[in-house]
Amino acid sequence: MQKIAIVAYSQSQCVPQAGASNEVELIMPRLQEVYEQAGIRNAQDVDFVCSGSCDYLQGAAFAFVSGVDALGAVPPIKESHVEMDAAWALYESILKIRMGQAESALIYGFGKSSPGELPIVLSQQLDPYYLAPLWVDTVSLAAMQARLMLESGVISESDMAAVVARSRSNALNNPKAQLAAQVSVEELLREEEFVAPLRKHDCCPVSDGASAMIICTAEKAMEWGKPYALISGIDHRIETHNLGMRDLTDSPSTRTAALGAGADSGPIDVAELYAPFSHQEIILSRALGLGDETQINPSGGVLAGNLMMASGLSRIGEVFNRIISGDATRGIAHATSGPCLQHNLVAVIEGAA
Amino acid sequence: MLESEVLSQAFELGFTYTRSTGPIVGRFLTDLKNRKITGIKASDGRVIVPPMEFDPDTAEALSEFVGVGSEGEIVSWCWVARPRDAHPLDKPFAWAMIKLDGADVAMVHCVKAESQNDVATGARVRAVWADETFGMMTDIRWFELL
Amino acid sequence: MSEQQDMITDIKTPVYLQYNFTAGKSPARFLSQIKQGILTGQRCPSCQNVYCPPRGSCAACGVATEEEVVLSGKATVQSFTIVAIPIPGNPIKPPFVIANLVADGANISFIHLMSDCVNEEVHMGQRVEPVWKPQEEWGYAMDNIKYFKPLDEPDMTIEDIGKLALNAEKV
Repeated sequence: MQKIAIVAYSQSQCVPQAGASNEVELIMPRLQEVYEQAGIRNAQDVDFVCSGSCDYLQGAAFAFVSGVDALGAVPPIKESHVEMDAAWALYESILKIRMGQAESALIYGFGKSSPGELPIVLSQQLDPYYLAPLWVDTVSLAAMQARLMLESGVISESDMAAVVARSRSNALNNPKAQLAAQVSVEELLREEEFVAPLRKHDCCPVSDGASAMIICTAEKAMEWGKPYALISGIDHRIETHNLGMRDLTDSPSTRTAALGAGADSGPIDVAELYAPFSHQEIILSRALGLGDETQINPSGGVLAGNLMMASGLSRIGEVFNRIISGDATRGIAHATSGPCLQHNLVAVIEGAA
Repeated sequence: MLESEVLSQAFELGFTYTRSTGPIVGRFLTDLKNRKITGIKASDGRVIVPPMEFDPDTAEALSEFVGVGSEGEIVSWCWVARPRDAHPLDKPFAWAMIKLDGADVAMVHCVKAESQNDVATGARVRAVWADETFGMMTDIRWFELL
Repeated sequence: MSEQQDMITDIKTPVYLQYNFTAGKSPARFLSQIKQGILTGQRCPSCQNVYCPPRGSCAACGVATEEEVVLSGKATVQSFTIVAIPIPGNPIKPPFVIANLVADGANISFIHLMSDCVNEEVHMGQRVEPVWKPQEEWGYAMDNIKYFKPLDEPDMTIEDIGKLALNAEKV
């Protein structure tokens, strides 16, 4: 099968409010940066472009079409879009390359969530008959999931706080992070509850921003002569939308996707997991069978900054960065979508050697 | 070029859709209007409330309706100390996964309570009906603790 | 009524979401200028095309349009339509003329109203100028210009529309 290489990745600073910047203004700097890394001029130099975004976040109809203004689509380019995290735009791009329709692809994701009330906006992705009319928000659903974990004895509140403490501390080394600090589990547990049993710090912040990536065939990467990492496997699986029928303390879809991506065929030095809530990182690392040999979320993960529709792609980019820098030789990246980790994608990324 | 100040404008986006229910959801909502709660039997015999059209495990079309109780037990819950504007209650309340008597699968709804100390997993609750019912999920105003 | 007739077949599920829209840096700059009664465009550093109004990028080249140019407001009709039916929510009484206009010094068209004209005589290549609202009514909006009206100047040939680089001065 065609080997897929990542040659460039860029992410914006995670900020609570991007101020005046519109989607085009959020995307363009990221594109310029990945063009430079890959040594190409613009989107005309890749065969395919695919993006991930959701217009509901900022309430701007067809914002994803405006986003195309950042590309320079004259003469016309091959372009596609998913109303999902850009990790799924990456998936589509890999299929495009594997079908022989392209040798290279530009992927970007952007989210400007600050103009709306994100947990309420996201309530409208739920079952439109039974759940959306109740306006049950995503934080509350995650809180019920956390309680199932806590009361079944799988985790303790200290375990959750430990996830947050590690995220904040790791984020000190991530200049793009929104929340970074040296903070103890004890200090975190003294904070008041937000949507009990969750405290505010158990929930990822709302961030505005974008990320972009360029992938290509391994041959093309060698031709471009830039450092690259290989995506050796990628798979995604979804569970039923009926929360009552899922085991919310586990993530079977993540486990199946990891097997499909071949995660178990070698050691995992680093894992970047898209866990918007602290307890979900524990669910994911258990489902993936991660042990002490794996560094989890060295970037701080999304608890340190969550670019809706771009954070999944960023997880893959973060693993890519660590492989390029030599900190890791093999890692996995995870992306999620839907309430309580409903839909999960796992990619395995390895050094080119 | 000079940078401008941030210009912003509050606005409301409305999607005024009417949704077709289909026979399964339609039956459940019709029963709600008549203050009855109905589930459906899954392929493995479990009773799912509210009813699903297709079995999540086998994809089989489901059709065997089963009446369930309007009382049940809290399976999990969270406490909303500061309700959001869109929420169904404007005082602190709980969201809960509730397994109704006769059902095997929990459903999500809100529970009215004075304090989170009154709510617990395993607590018994009962549906409180709206004064007027329309065939909507909100015909159950909330669940109250027994 | 039979049970069949009583069955609910559809439900109203209105969704209202509140947002605080931000215009974008580039449109915000444009709107701040129009608040002062100044029509501006922004130039692409790559192809040199001037966008009025700007969105922040040159859609053709995919680069930021960072150079602002002040435009006179004079424009040319690139295309138009005479609206004969009332549009829901639009206070303007038909018939009225909606035109695709290219401002002098800009290369990309925008849509605005035409008035003070004989509708049947509006034509492509026709020269027009803006009629501004009284200054005290100016806001951050394109409708500070009430409409465009015909200008007593020779028509522009169709091929030349959008290629006029007059009055484009660097800010």
